[in-house]
Amino acid sequence: MSNDIRIKNGLTINLKGAPENIVKKAPFPKSVSLNPYDFHSITPKMLVKVGDKVKRGDAVFFSKNNPEIKFCSPVSGKILDIARGAKRRILEIVINCDAKQQAVKHKISDFSNFSGDEIKENMLKSGCWPFLKQRPYDIIANPNDVPKAIFVSALNTAPISADLEIILNEQKEEFKTGISLLKKLTNGDLNICLEKNHNSFINNIEGVKVHHINDLHPAGNVGVQIHHIDPVNSGERVWVVGAEDVALIGKFFITGEYNPTRTIAVSGPPVKYPQYYKTIAGSSLSEIIQDAGIDSSEDLRYINGDVLTGRSVEKDNYLGFYNNTFSVLREGNQYRMFGWIPFVNNSVPSKYKTSFSWLFPKKKYDLDTNLNGEERAFVVTGEMEEVFPMDIFPMQLLKECMAGNIEKMENLGIYEVAPEDFALIDYSSSSKIEAQKIIREGLDLMISEVG
Amino acid sequence: MNIRQILDTIKKPFAKGEKFEKFAPAVNAFDTFLFVPNHTTKHGAHIRDAVDLKRTMITVIIALLPALIYGIYNTGFQYLSQLDSDFTTLEAILHGSYKIVPMIAVSYIVGLTIEFAFAIFRGHEVNEGYLVTGLLIPMIMPVDIPLWMVGLSVAFAVLIGKEAFGGTGMNILNPALTARAFAFFAYPTYMSGNKVWVSEASNIDGVSGETILGMLAAGETNIPFDVPQMFYGAIPGSIAETSTLMVLIGAAVLIYTGVGSWRIMLGSVIGAAATGFLFNLWGANELMSFNWFNHLIVGGFAFGVVFMATDPVSAAQTTKGKWIYGILVGLFCILIRVFNPAYPEGVMLAILLMNVFAPTIDHYVIEANIKKRLSRKTNLNVA
Repeated sequence: MSNDIRIKNGLTINLKGAPENIVKKAPFPKSVSLNPYDFHSITPKMLVKVGDKVKRGDAVFFSKNNPEIKFCSPVSGKILDIARGAKRRILEIVINCDAKQQAVKHKISDFSNFSGDEIKENMLKSGCWPFLKQRPYDIIANPNDVPKAIFVSALNTAPISADLEIILNEQKEEFKTGISLLKKLTNGDLNICLEKNHNSFINNIEGVKVHHINDLHPAGNVGVQIHHIDPVNSGERVWVVGAEDVALIGKFFITGEYNPTRTIAVSGPPVKYPQYYKTIAGSSLSEIIQDAGIDSSEDLRYINGDVLTGRSVEKDNYLGFYNNTFSVLREGNQYRMFGWIPFVNNSVPSKYKTSFSWLFPKKKYDLDTNLNGEERAFVVTGEMEEVFPMDIFPMQLLKECMAGNIEKMENLGIYEVAPEDFALIDYSSSSKIEAQKIIREGLDLMISEVG
Repeated sequence: MNIRQILDTIKKPFAKGEKFEKFAPAVNAFDTFLFVPNHTTKHGAHIRDAVDLKRTMITVIIALLPALIYGIYNTGFQYLSQLDSDFTTLEAILHGSYKIVPMIAVSYIVGLTIEFAFAIFRGHEVNEGYLVTGLLIPMIMPVDIPLWMVGLSVAFAVLIGKEAFGGTGMNILNPALTARAFAFFAYPTYMSGNKVWVSEASNIDGVSGETILGMLAAGETNIPFDVPQMFYGAIPGSIAETSTLMVLIGAAVLIYTGVGSWRIMLGSVIGAAATGFLFNLWGANELMSFNWFNHLIVGGFAFGVVFMATDPVSAAQTTKGKWIYGILVGLFCILIRVFNPAYPEGVMLAILLMNVFAPTIDHYVIEANIKKRLSRKTNLNVA
């Protein structure tokens, strides 16, 4: 079954450094990390100490609020460091990799006949559960919920982000297995969104709803897809799974081993060889940075994720748990004389036609991280709606989030949005509003007040 | 030493923790006019659009320039042509500049002083909104208004119209129109009547200074101007409002760059044209039977709709709301013109009235969205 969705409001940002269709095997990392930042709203409870030996698949910590959710080591090795911040909050767990890798082997037989509960149980104990995220709130799913539907977005529309088709083509069987298992976790539909007019093996998967959407960003955001297919009402839960994560779940059930490999698109204007690397979630970045020909002596911004929603990291840090894209940008910490005058500095494109960039719709830009202005009060109206393809008033919702008005936030659709849906508002706002941050804080308020 | 280094040296005593820290917003305002600052993204999206409020506001000023330049010329033209003497375009422009440049200077000096003071007092950066407001205020005044009245109106508009509500982005009424309304009600003899709309009309007997709408309101049927004159603006009126052609050039800039809302502009034109057309059918007085199309090109309608009604802060903020707001601005403008002999021009009051109602319009538009969201849930429960 196939349905078409067409969104009109959005924005294409043409950047240099899109990844080429080359998938390379990255050198095995010397160390990997688990970063609780990736698991928003989870309070980690450690199961290991510095110096402990772990095998791949051994639990490293669990969630304080949901002890059955375990977070497992992606490699076998020795716990090198548990970095803590203020109030002993855990910032990062670093694991030194062994030369000889060993894995915890789970006994799984005949999983095709598993019930939903058996699937859940195996996912929880193996460390696969964190692949399941929920809407509202954009956090890891609660195993006690039964979602009204599950969504998988099989297209990325963010600028110079990973092409999920390239990633999935190498793990078709695993993906299909993952889908057949996830289907049993919901009483509703399992929805997969694909790029329009794309011939993919996903079209032939049975028992799921396949939707096609045009590739104007943010069409790839699963929140946008949910909004147009089966919107979240208050009190409802919808689960979302990343496309490669579906394959990882499938792989676990096939092999009985937790093995969070990641195909990472390394992209961005300063990247000499923008391409894909097969590595492990949480790998150290230095090997990849070197291999992709990034001159790390330059003043660069390294981003776990795409340039709109990712998290900034240092070059000696680690990949994130979920991201399929690792982006690099030049830091824009230079002054530009009279750069605010319209049609000056046309190397910086503008959604408003105040830069000659609109004359060259195909031109690719080398954008840096300059804010191109200063933060101001909300003034221009209507600009947010132009990049926000949902039937929600984004500016009004942002204002209510800033005011912390829970009832209004609920009425205006806070349950349907995630910070990433506001990324283009961040980008295009003439008042330089930090919309993603405001929405994240609004969602956190809802978690603590409503749950 | 290059300019950047000189600036950095000047800014040193204003840095955080230094002696003049409190005055940093004032220095930053000048600095950021020379240079786009070196700030990089800290949260959220790592890349940003080239547009910022400075660029948005400057775009509006660029859009205003044709009307301003023509206004300066027309001020001289209206005056000199009534004196029956030969004159050149340059002379007309010089006379206009002699009258108008001091008004602009007063408006900017008074307004920016208050803005800077509030920025320092409140500890935020100076907002760019006044760049537009400060130019708009002289452009919508009669040419002979004394400079101190301009200054006082500006002070009223910025203090009561804007800062009292919390500053840029929070005001309910358009600040420029607030200034004009203040002058209009405080000094009516300088703001209305048949002596103020042409330079020196109140001092020299030979010069008549009545607007077309004023003549119509007085029941005159012989309008000494034809339609092309009304359109390109060789008629008496507030300084920059007369030329519909120049306003349309400005409108094109605003719509083209995406800075001004075409929905409000188009909505107003539809509202005014429809109302004007209906009154044409009725035709009970001179203003009613004044052709609906002429209603659109005389007086301040075009200028008000393009540059004042579209002020994003005081206009309706939702897409649907903008249409409703625009149509009502047009409707009320003609309504006030036709029914109120004391105010032959209605666009100022129509926009201010709709400024007040814009939040209400938005409220109902948003309520409809909320209802839809709630009904989605109840429908589900029933099913």
